[in-house]
Amino acid sequence: MNKLAEIKGIKKWFALLLTYVIVQLLVSLNIINDYIMATITTICINIILAVSLNLITGFTGQFSLGHAGFMSIGAYTCAIIIMRYPSPLSFIIGLFLGAILAALLGFIVGLPTLRLRGDYLAIATLGMAEIIRFVFLNLDITNGAAGLFVGVQYTNWLWLYVFTAGTVILITNFVNSSHGRACISIREDEIAAEAMGINTTKYKVIAFIIGAFCAGIAGALYASYFYFIKPDLFGFLKSIDILVIVVLGGLGSISGSILAAFLLAIISSLLQSFPEIRMVIYSVLLIVIMLFRPQGIMGSKELSLSAFKSLGSIFERKNGGER
Amino acid sequence: MLEINNLNVHFGVIHALKGISLKVEEGEIVTLIGANGAGKTTTLRTISGLKKPTDGTIFFNGNDITSASPQDRVRMGISLAPEGRRIFSSLTVLENLELGAYLRRDKAEIKKDISMVYERFPILKDRRKQAAGTLSGGEQQMLAIGRALMSRPKLLCLDEPSMGLAPLLVQEIFDIIQDINRKGTTILLVEQNASMALQIANRAYVMETGTISLSGTGAELMQSEEIKKAYLGG
Repeated sequence: MNKLAEIKGIKKWFALLLTYVIVQLLVSLNIINDYIMATITTICINIILAVSLNLITGFTGQFSLGHAGFMSIGAYTCAIIIMRYPSPLSFIIGLFLGAILAALLGFIVGLPTLRLRGDYLAIATLGMAEIIRFVFLNLDITNGAAGLFVGVQYTNWLWLYVFTAGTVILITNFVNSSHGRACISIREDEIAAEAMGINTTKYKVIAFIIGAFCAGIAGALYASYFYFIKPDLFGFLKSIDILVIVVLGGLGSISGSILAAFLLAIISSLLQSFPEIRMVIYSVLLIVIMLFRPQGIMGSKELSLSAFKSLGSIFERKNGGER
Repeated sequence: MLEINNLNVHFGVIHALKGISLKVEEGEIVTLIGANGAGKTTTLRTISGLKKPTDGTIFFNGNDITSASPQDRVRMGISLAPEGRRIFSSLTVLENLELGAYLRRDKAEIKKDISMVYERFPILKDRRKQAAGTLSGGEQQMLAIGRALMSRPKLLCLDEPSMGLAPLLVQEIFDIIQDINRKGTTILLVEQNASMALQIANRAYVMETGTISLSGTGAELMQSEEIKKAYLGG
């Protein structure tokens, strides 16, 4: 049994490495051009944002509309640092500093507001993100509404891949641990969870801290890829965008979030050729998907090899029945 | 075992418990009966720490637990099967039971207790991989009781275990409660089904709008004219 798990683990790491190498090769051979790379970057950043918001909203059940706020902390921190000291090392320092500051804010905001439930919490987190935006609008160091021209690009496929895979692995492991189970029980029934002796406030705050940390990373990656940041990029529409990915993929499904991030990026780049009606088609598609799959693409299930196998066995059984 | 003195609880301006006092001795089945809104559920929630009292004390096995957290109370041996079952519906039956033992770290013993719960409720074993939300009402109640047992409680608080169940199932649940008690767990039972509760209870308290209006042994209260009129439909 143990050996089997080991082999499975090795296979997983091998698949991860292989994905990296293949894309890196395509980049080096210029098959993946700048335009495709920008799309890939957007997808990766959206995966980080969606998976981390999924931890807060999908698994722990805390409705948050402030994810873009956490993202902006990471973006501005990293941008300010790499503009002063442009080097790959300061990019990594800026990225982690931004993530830590975002996590700290998640903690500070989390403690008082997590007493709120459902829509009240949503409003409170929305307010928090707006306050952050206004602070950035009025500070000198952030250059107010004009925003910052970062000018250097350190986010490359390597870092993008490391942090995207890292976030997914971190949150998957967390969710599958007993801590993760405690978070899920809060979503299912907070009173019962408390009656079982689960410290519900602690786990809600932990979910917020981890979620905010990852959102900070996403912001830093964004700032050092797209050259330019301004407060309006991190308004509540951005938070809604992230929430759309999570809901579309399925609340409580990590693979769902990943799938939805890909799907939405593909849809929106296919629609580039119809600029006038692009948003209309996009919205209609969202409505249609939600009508037919209100629980999201994956529901709360995960995509896995064994899921394919069980699907296979269902088909086999059906075929057997006909004979 | 459990001693509550002059307990007062407020929900905002509403004075839900107005200075109630009660006692549960080790090995007993004590029941709290009374109409809707009398404060029975609030009493249980205050005992398990989900609601903080504004005044009064709660002692458990000689320790003052009035301001203890719910976690500490579970650790000390107080367990609650809350009103309306409140199972974790998208988790499986097994996961629900595991969460009942959330504060315990003794994996081997937890396994033993899970099979003990399966022995007591064989239907749960058949459905162990099923999402708890797909169980019938009676099965969900069994799961709620089983989950509450997973913390190895000394005092098991049951809030309306018969709610919404068919009469035959109610009888079954009450038999199970008696059996759990015989095996050494003290029980504090909140019920609207007064006649059933009084039949199995050693002692009983009657609650009315936030106060305790009557108390006595189960048999005494069954005979009481007031009780017959108000709760037993006689």
